[in-house]
Amino acid sequence: MADMVPTLSVDRLRISFSHRTGSIEAVDGVSFSIAPCECVGLVGESGSGKTQIFMAAMGLLGSNAQVSGSVRFEGNELLGVDGPTLNRVRGSQFTMIFQDPMTSLTPHLTVGTQLAEVMVTHLGMPWKDARSFAGRMLERVHVPEPKRRLNQYPHELSGGMRQRVMIAMSLLCEPSLVIADEPTTALDVTIQAQIIELLRAVRGEFGMALVLISHDLAVMAGLADRILVMYAGSVVENAIAGELFKHPRHPYTAELLKCMPSLTGPRLDRLPTLAGQPPRPGEMLEACPFAPRCPRAADRCRVERPQLEGPSTSQVACHFPLTA
Amino acid sequence: MGGLADAAARRLRSNPAAVVAVAALSVILVLTWLGPWISPNNSQTLDWLHIAARPGMQSSHWFGTDRLGRDLFVRTLAGTRVSIAIGLAASVISLLVGVSYGAIAGYIGGRTDHLMMRLIEILSGLPLIFFVIFLTVIFGRSEYLLFFAIGAVGWLTMARIVRGQTLSIRQREFIEAAIASGAGTGRIILRHVVPNVIGPVIVYATLTVPQIILFESFLSFLGLGIQEPGASLGTLIAEGAGEMEAAPWILLVPGSFLAVLLLCLNILGDGLRDALDVKDG
Amino acid sequence: MNNILLRVRDLRVDFGAHAVIRGVSFDLCSGETLSLVGESGSGKSTLARAILRLLQPAQGSVEFLGVDLLTCPPAVLRAQRRGLQIVFQDPLASLDPRMTVGESIGEPLKIFEPGLNAGARQLRVRDMLERVGLSPGMTGRYPHEFSGGQCQRIGIARAMILSPKLLICDEIVSSLDVSIQGQIVNLLLDLRDAGMAVLFISHNLAVVRHLSHRVLVMYLGKLVEIAPCDALFESPVHPYTQALLAAVPHMPHATAAAAPAAPGELAAPGELAAPDLMASGCAFRDRCPYALPVCETSEPPLLEIAPGHWAACHRSQETLNPLSFPA
Repeated sequence: MADMVPTLSVDRLRISFSHRTGSIEAVDGVSFSIAPCECVGLVGESGSGKTQIFMAAMGLLGSNAQVSGSVRFEGNELLGVDGPTLNRVRGSQFTMIFQDPMTSLTPHLTVGTQLAEVMVTHLGMPWKDARSFAGRMLERVHVPEPKRRLNQYPHELSGGMRQRVMIAMSLLCEPSLVIADEPTTALDVTIQAQIIELLRAVRGEFGMALVLISHDLAVMAGLADRILVMYAGSVVENAIAGELFKHPRHPYTAELLKCMPSLTGPRLDRLPTLAGQPPRPGEMLEACPFAPRCPRAADRCRVERPQLEGPSTSQVACHFPLTA
Repeated sequence: MGGLADAAARRLRSNPAAVVAVAALSVILVLTWLGPWISPNNSQTLDWLHIAARPGMQSSHWFGTDRLGRDLFVRTLAGTRVSIAIGLAASVISLLVGVSYGAIAGYIGGRTDHLMMRLIEILSGLPLIFFVIFLTVIFGRSEYLLFFAIGAVGWLTMARIVRGQTLSIRQREFIEAAIASGAGTGRIILRHVVPNVIGPVIVYATLTVPQIILFESFLSFLGLGIQEPGASLGTLIAEGAGEMEAAPWILLVPGSFLAVLLLCLNILGDGLRDALDVKDG
Repeated sequence: MNNILLRVRDLRVDFGAHAVIRGVSFDLCSGETLSLVGESGSGKSTLARAILRLLQPAQGSVEFLGVDLLTCPPAVLRAQRRGLQIVFQDPLASLDPRMTVGESIGEPLKIFEPGLNAGARQLRVRDMLERVGLSPGMTGRYPHEFSGGQCQRIGIARAMILSPKLLICDEIVSSLDVSIQGQIVNLLLDLRDAGMAVLFISHNLAVVRHLSHRVLVMYLGKLVEIAPCDALFESPVHPYTQALLAAVPHMPHATAAAAPAAPGELAAPGELAAPDLMASGCAFRDRCPYALPVCETSEPPLLEIAPGHWAACHRSQETLNPLSFPA
């Protein structure tokens, strides 16, 4: 297993955006890899840089972005590659589901056309076959009355249904990696539960690697094998999901878990909270970015940046990690 | 508003075309007000010795003279002054009337808006030239009439623009918040709607000035506006058109002034739109 | 606590032919924190706006301190607004981008206390900024210079500066990071002076649990359950409430007292039906695991099944236990 080529391998990725007043660092030297069929959760709040990593991999960053480092998909470098080469894998082997299906589906094309287009472009399928394939895929993602939906426009579908269409679209060419960027954030909690179920079922059926990006750790529980926690542009913890929830090693992870109010357990007079706020992009320092808010911060934390260290099952970037 | 105006000014300054346009406009403005002091001539004197003289440095007529021997330099500057004055004054009128009308119609909505818009449509439907001719017939030819006629009609499009902007602002949450805070309609329109639509308004106003100058030139060219011995760029161009073959400079001097003026105002307008368009909020 | 501040009766709001709120009635007492939960399409944000008469309901009454806000003349309505304030969901959008935050916070003072001179007003604004945890020197800044959490504090400052009797919070933490949500909720708890009531609208049940005295559950424009907070979370009666609670993803480290199966299995299948199709009967019947034929023909009334606990379900008298029914 260890010598299989990782599906995605990110090495010292750095992303900054050039701005009138200078350059803003969004991602500051991130390295991790995703094994085939693995489900990895990527959690972080605003300013963590979690979405930018995959926008860079997909070649979707704006022209003012400066990217260095490497992102390899099944061994092949993605960064700096030209449009046509990238288009061969992007959308077919390596797909993305976005947060708001309303804006990521083209409003003036029917659902059927958009789905079929993927197969016609990537697999060279004739339109008729592509449409019936699309219909079958809609069935597999449990969209009721799939034939009818093919002829409908995105605005005629509900939020949950649109997200299912996005999921179907991402699976059409049997990709080896699907990135789901906050797939349930814009949805109601009952629909969210259905979509999480769907992702779980789809993973079982298609066996692809799945990256689940979210600010909500609870959504990853039960779905992710491994979780990466990001803060201010770097990975601060990388651990097996079960371990992370039971024994978080980075103080930020521990605080994040504490901050999530639960439905069970005693009622509190005040909600647990983390003082201060995440640093804005560009406020990167030499020191540990979490030091200003960390309850365990010491002098060393304010001058020296901790590196991500540890065995592959549990890595943490902290001078004084929590022990089990 | 201070902080946002500063940011906009900064953006404008970094736009090379706009900077050049502003510089050129400043030169023209300075010339039109100071020019007559520099030249030994004035715009009325008929110099019988230099009828339709070519432009040159030898005589004191740097831009030449017209068919009656009047110095073209001073006359053109006087004409430019008149055209700019009319353009600005009419724009200010159309701004004030248009913004109030549009903001009120857009904010209050319903039947009031309906009626107010119908009025605008009726007025827009009137053929403008006939309207001006009609007024000229009743009140006689005068500059004040010209101001009034242009200003009275110029506000129509401004009102439409402001109403459109107001309609889109009206739905925004900070307007709801202002209502929920207990603000009355007047306060909301004045303190919340108008400052937030001012961007497109300023841009449109800047683009209105050249339109009005052109319109006035056109009316004067037709003989409906400024009359002798007064001059505006339009009357000067009209005169020059008649002398085109024999003494082309009589047309070219005021013509180029008009062209440069309009060009600079248009570039400035575009620059302002780019500078104000970036939504900071 | 028995002083009734707000009395809503038979409220109905139509958007064209579509009934968004279909007959809502409830009371809110002085000093009480009442939460309103529901998903998109439930009409909860519309309800907030209807209470404030930011839109005109088709029918019903909203009595605030004895005055019916829906029928009173505009001048009286404006006067009443002093005691009834709202904080909106999108913190940046609810602040006028062209006004400094000092001006925004001070505006209610200009409206209701015009006798106050500029210096006195500025003092109160600075004081309010400090109370919400921001530096008083920030009065000259513009909204876009602040983060989401800070803007929300500014919104709260503006709403609180006149010490309202009732504060409506419309999803005020939904657009904020998790680590900031707690700060805002705690701020609200701190500011809750003796006697100020809060109507807290949210879809986040976990936050609601820690904050409320009583909870209202809304589905497709109607109230389906009203209960004291503990009762709602420990023994929800209406099937929709049960589905909502079951759908919240469980954190593995929480003591699994009531975490039976995977969230998806118990969550209500299907989606919200378009309400115009709801000709008769219970709006939830298509998604309800316990639906009976009577649910299709007759709409269940909101009945008090235990003191202070109301539910609108034909089967509310039975003890519906999700674990004893086949999926």
